[in-house]
Amino acid sequence: MKHVMNIIVCLALILSLAACAKTESAPVSADTKPAAAAETLTGTVATDGSTSMEKVIGALGEAFTQDNPGVTFTYNPTGSSAGIQAVQEGRCDIGLSSRALKDEEKAAGLTETVLAYDGIAVIVNPANRVEDLTLEQIAAVYTGQITNWSELGGEDARIVLIGREAGSGTRSGFEEIVEVKDKCQYRQELSSTGDVITTVAQNPGAIGYASLASVKDTVRSLKVGGVAPSEETVKDGTYAIQRPFVLATRTDAGLNDAAQAFFDYITSGKADAIIVAAGVVPAR
Amino acid sequence: MKTKRNHLETLVHGIFLILGLVTVACVLLITAYLVVSGIPAIRKIGLVDFLFGSTWASTAAQPQYGILPFLLTSVCGTAGAIVLGVPVGFLTAVYLAKMAPQSVREIMGQAVSMLAGIPSVVYGLVGMMVLVPGIRKLFHVPDGASLLAAIVVLAIMILPSIIKMSVTALEAVPGEYEDASLALGATPEETWFRVSVPAAKSGIAAAVVLGVGRAIGEAMAVMMVAGNAANMPSLFQSVRFLTTAVASEMSYSSGLQRQALFSIALVLFLFIMLINAVLNFFLKGEKRP
Repeated sequence: MKHVMNIIVCLALILSLAACAKTESAPVSADTKPAAAAETLTGTVATDGSTSMEKVIGALGEAFTQDNPGVTFTYNPTGSSAGIQAVQEGRCDIGLSSRALKDEEKAAGLTETVLAYDGIAVIVNPANRVEDLTLEQIAAVYTGQITNWSELGGEDARIVLIGREAGSGTRSGFEEIVEVKDKCQYRQELSSTGDVITTVAQNPGAIGYASLASVKDTVRSLKVGGVAPSEETVKDGTYAIQRPFVLATRTDAGLNDAAQAFFDYITSGKADAIIVAAGVVPAR
Repeated sequence: MKTKRNHLETLVHGIFLILGLVTVACVLLITAYLVVSGIPAIRKIGLVDFLFGSTWASTAAQPQYGILPFLLTSVCGTAGAIVLGVPVGFLTAVYLAKMAPQSVREIMGQAVSMLAGIPSVVYGLVGMMVLVPGIRKLFHVPDGASLLAAIVVLAIMILPSIIKMSVTALEAVPGEYEDASLALGATPEETWFRVSVPAAKSGIAAAVVLGVGRAIGEAMAVMMVAGNAANMPSLFQSVRFLTTAVASEMSYSSGLQRQALFSIALVLFLFIMLINAVLNFFLKGEKRP
């Protein structure tokens, strides 16, 4: 008798789970169907370039193909310069670059549209008295030329350098802007922004970097050259440790329908929530 | 009637055979996959440069893929965990199996079981929030994320397997051995350490092997407390283990870097098999006549 009861309870649970799954999946299909029916967009959107933009462009591509199931979205992580070259040679629709286009690249027939700005905050423990550093000081700290906070006007304590793991977009962005590529003397290399923030929050001597959107109250962002990092200072370009995420397109040739729809979608402001969720500041 | 039953029997046999084969297939699949995906990078980098290179800079302009720091760190970390964990675990096991009164034994046994059930990420989290700042304050070092922190976490993590297996081995020693020893005038302590422990030697050795296996394969907890800089092992330096080298860079890696991570996984795999084979040979082999 007990067994029978158990089986009944189990079945009831399974059924209720199945019911849950059904109600959860229903709205998604309801959302996507009308959109697809309205436009019936087909084709491919080929993007190529910056590995730092992987997260944001991947999220945008996913959202776009969910609304337009007929569209195939591809992203080829090759690096900014390779992506710019690819769009020049017509091997992709949109080139992705995490630096502004050079004048000769624009002269070669490319148009740049800034999708978003990636601001990287330099964070320290709230107990740290240092408020403001210049880019040069930050570079000296990360390359190990300055090893004590007292040299920067802080307390007499060793500086503990916290960074991200090799391959992280935040790390390559930070190292490029501060010009310390491959020269950093990291004490810890952590594999997530959250870990960096937690570690800096715990150690009074620590300094780290994290994308602006994810900085919390447990740590304090330093001013860089007198400018505090915020959405506004990143947007108007006064905050130094930032870089644009650029969409490079050919000036003379138009995009195909699918690529144009994707381009409009990501630059229209409709996708701003997705861009913010990917940790960067939308350009508009 | 009889044939029907036979058919059923064959069917059941078949099902069990398939279930068994699934395990074998998994092992073969993983091994084959690791070898296939791990070899190309080793070929490109060169076996000697890969295994004995002392610099790991996977995303530098001139990338270097030397995993010697990871190898040595894994060896030192595991050895440290064994040095700390085995004596504590072994003596706890002797206490639990021979000395402890029934009530203490039950409560302590439950606690050990619970320790075994704690997920490794929780060990890592507690290590990160308590142990790492603790080491920083206690030893007056600039940062507590270090080999020492990893060793302490690993030592605690291997305790339950060592204690449980040793207790089982000690309890399996025939009571006659101990009675005989006591009857000859040995004290209880002499009996435990001179009679019971040697008789349970192979079981205790198996416990140590299990502990080594767990310590060397652990990634999550270690990643959270070791700091992950690719330094040569040193007690208060931030270090990277073989396991964490794979785990920490995998998410954004590409090209040769990614292939090299698979090669590290292959090295780790072979390394664990080698260590297990050697330990089994030396620790268990002795007992066989």
